[in-house]
Amino acid sequence: MKKKLALILSLFLSIPLFAQEGILERTIPSVDIKTMTGEIFNTSEIDNAGKPIVISFFALWCKPCLRELTAISDVYQDWQDATGVKLVAISIDDARSMANVMPTVNGNSWEYEFYCDPNGDFKRAMGVNMIPHIFVLNSQKQVVYQHTSYAEGGENELFEIIKKVAAGEEIPAGK
Amino acid sequence: MILKKFSILILLALTLPAYILAQEIPGNPTVHGNFQIDAQTYHPDEALGITDSVLQGKTMRLNGYGDIRFSMWRFNAGLRYEAYLPPLAGYDPNYQGQGIPYWFVEYGDEKLQVTAGHFYEQFGMGMILRSYEQWDLGYDNSFNGLRVKYSPVSGLNFKALIGVQRYYWEPFADDNRGIVRGFDGELMLNDAFNALKETKTRVILGGSFVSKYEKMRTKTLISDTVKYEYQLPANVASAGGRVSISNGGFNFYTEYTHKFNNPSAFNNYIYKDGQALLSSLSYSQKGIGVYIAAKRIDNMSYKSKMTELNNVLDINFIPPLTKQFVYSLENVYPYATQLNGEAAIQGQIIYTIPKGTKLGGKYGTKLELNYSRVHGLDKQAIADSIPVDSTGTLGYKAPWFKFGDLYYQSISASFEKKIGKKVKLNIEYVHIDYNIEVVEGHPGAEMVHAHEYNIDFTYKLSSTKSLRLEYEQLLTKQDKGDWAMLMLEYNIAPKWFFSIMDQYNYGNPEKNKQLHYYIAAMAFVQGPHRISLAYGRQREGLLCVGGVCRQVPASNGFTINISTSF
Repeated sequence: MKKKLALILSLFLSIPLFAQEGILERTIPSVDIKTMTGEIFNTSEIDNAGKPIVISFFALWCKPCLRELTAISDVYQDWQDATGVKLVAISIDDARSMANVMPTVNGNSWEYEFYCDPNGDFKRAMGVNMIPHIFVLNSQKQVVYQHTSYAEGGENELFEIIKKVAAGEEIPAGK
Repeated sequence: MILKKFSILILLALTLPAYILAQEIPGNPTVHGNFQIDAQTYHPDEALGITDSVLQGKTMRLNGYGDIRFSMWRFNAGLRYEAYLPPLAGYDPNYQGQGIPYWFVEYGDEKLQVTAGHFYEQFGMGMILRSYEQWDLGYDNSFNGLRVKYSPVSGLNFKALIGVQRYYWEPFADDNRGIVRGFDGELMLNDAFNALKETKTRVILGGSFVSKYEKMRTKTLISDTVKYEYQLPANVASAGGRVSISNGGFNFYTEYTHKFNNPSAFNNYIYKDGQALLSSLSYSQKGIGVYIAAKRIDNMSYKSKMTELNNVLDINFIPPLTKQFVYSLENVYPYATQLNGEAAIQGQIIYTIPKGTKLGGKYGTKLELNYSRVHGLDKQAIADSIPVDSTGTLGYKAPWFKFGDLYYQSISASFEKKIGKKVKLNIEYVHIDYNIEVVEGHPGAEMVHAHEYNIDFTYKLSSTKSLRLEYEQLLTKQDKGDWAMLMLEYNIAPKWFFSIMDQYNYGNPEKNKQLHYYIAAMAFVQGPHRISLAYGRQREGLLCVGGVCRQVPASNGFTINISTSF
């Protein structure tokens, strides 16, 4: 059974090898998540008219995630003026605290675009292990950079990446 | 031998149409994945519950998994390989082993999505059906079967599924668990009716029906020389409905689930129906958020296997309504939902004093207040001769607006402020009343009353270097007495994290149990790749250190975590 699966998998893997396009340059998967008021929203509709997009996975119980969102909110206006970037924050809070996401977000005066992923469907599809986890998308909505963990000042490196993406520059792999 | 070579060629040839198709289909095929390894060495440690009998000589343990996902046009496929060799202490030892417990193939477009294989799903808030995974907690109740999602018109969504749930590494055989069927419909009124498209009030209605089939069994009970044989129903159904109404800053949600008679080991084989009601109301606008929620559940354990008592095979998920605390000593007394019956409320206010004002300071000041309270139900006998929860009976009656014992109460206040360019300060106070007898199963134990406060102080040494100090103290006269904690973290953003931490149970009434739980840890992060090393004694709970948050089991020894996404 395992041998069959391994064979099927290697067959699948051979297809992108023939496809000649960068197989690791992926667009985000199309997954149904929810708005903060419970309406269904498909992730393929995440858009910023060709300007950079930052997707940040967080939860209300994750202190480093809240620190990161707060630190970025202090400089968000400057970032938007310089690059037009949009930050899309995805809460992975489940039923325990999902109804508390909107009051918390507004209570904190964060100005990002917020969605809820209460059963982790988008988190799983994006391959997120630990939060905070951030993805940066370029003008074609391809993932060009991602990182996990947050320390004070980490948002500066993120801004450098966003500026490069806004200018159409390549982000070297392994960054 | 020749046939083998031929078969490989044939299989390779079969990929040719896919190669041709790949050239013409929009969207590039992509492959990505992630993996994580947690390895641990152990010294036996009575105080953490890591005894020689728990370890059984296996002092080096490892949990690992690797996920790979393939996408092409409208197709997705993937699998996850897991290894518990052996599982970390604190994880169910039945998970020992390795294999591929999760694989799937999926087709999806705007109207239809079909999944074959393993999948996770949630109806509404999950009180009727929720399958999910939480790697950090060793929880996985995925379905293995078929799921269809269909949206015939805009605003109307249907889901149907049939499958069996994950049961450690056991294949589905000999009726070792039930088959679950579920159906869910959701109507988004504003999308479905053109007249309502632009109205400010948004309404969503939903309904679900779930049924579990298990081979009918009988339960024998001998009482006063009379032998009773109870028929345990083969099909146990549950039904639920939900409404969500939002308008501007207001948001109202309510969900009700009714579970038909489900005698099981968990509820002592009573035939009472189960009920669950969850409601929440919130109001928020920029700078302020107010939230209140209430929940009442009665006999809501719903598993795929009527004889199961472990933390597996749950079909539904009943969320605790208590605050999820983020600091370590606040989590010494964590509440867990009592599925057999509880009533709870929670209220919270978050307010940001605007920046530029006298009280708010240059950067604004955040204030948060939270209150939560949980009671058991007032279970009354259905007849004088039948004690509450007697096997084979309707169990008990519990009036809706009468409550039993206090299970949990917490009152917390938090203050957060950035002072100047270099300093961030967060101060929090919590008062907790914790019915340790009920929540942790310590018969006869006294209710715990505790005060906890913590100070979280960050100082920026430069644009990338920062120092964070966390001081916490838990004060209580019951259970293990007082605790104090000190943590120092030195970070060089974005790559390096160093920390040392000590939790000291200085107030333990038993002098030889006044122990230190110390850890030294470091982590290196490069983009999505993270490796961390730690040494010391770790209590079980939520650990937010090194830039990430995760649930950790108790441990004493050396820990390595490696995580990456590609």
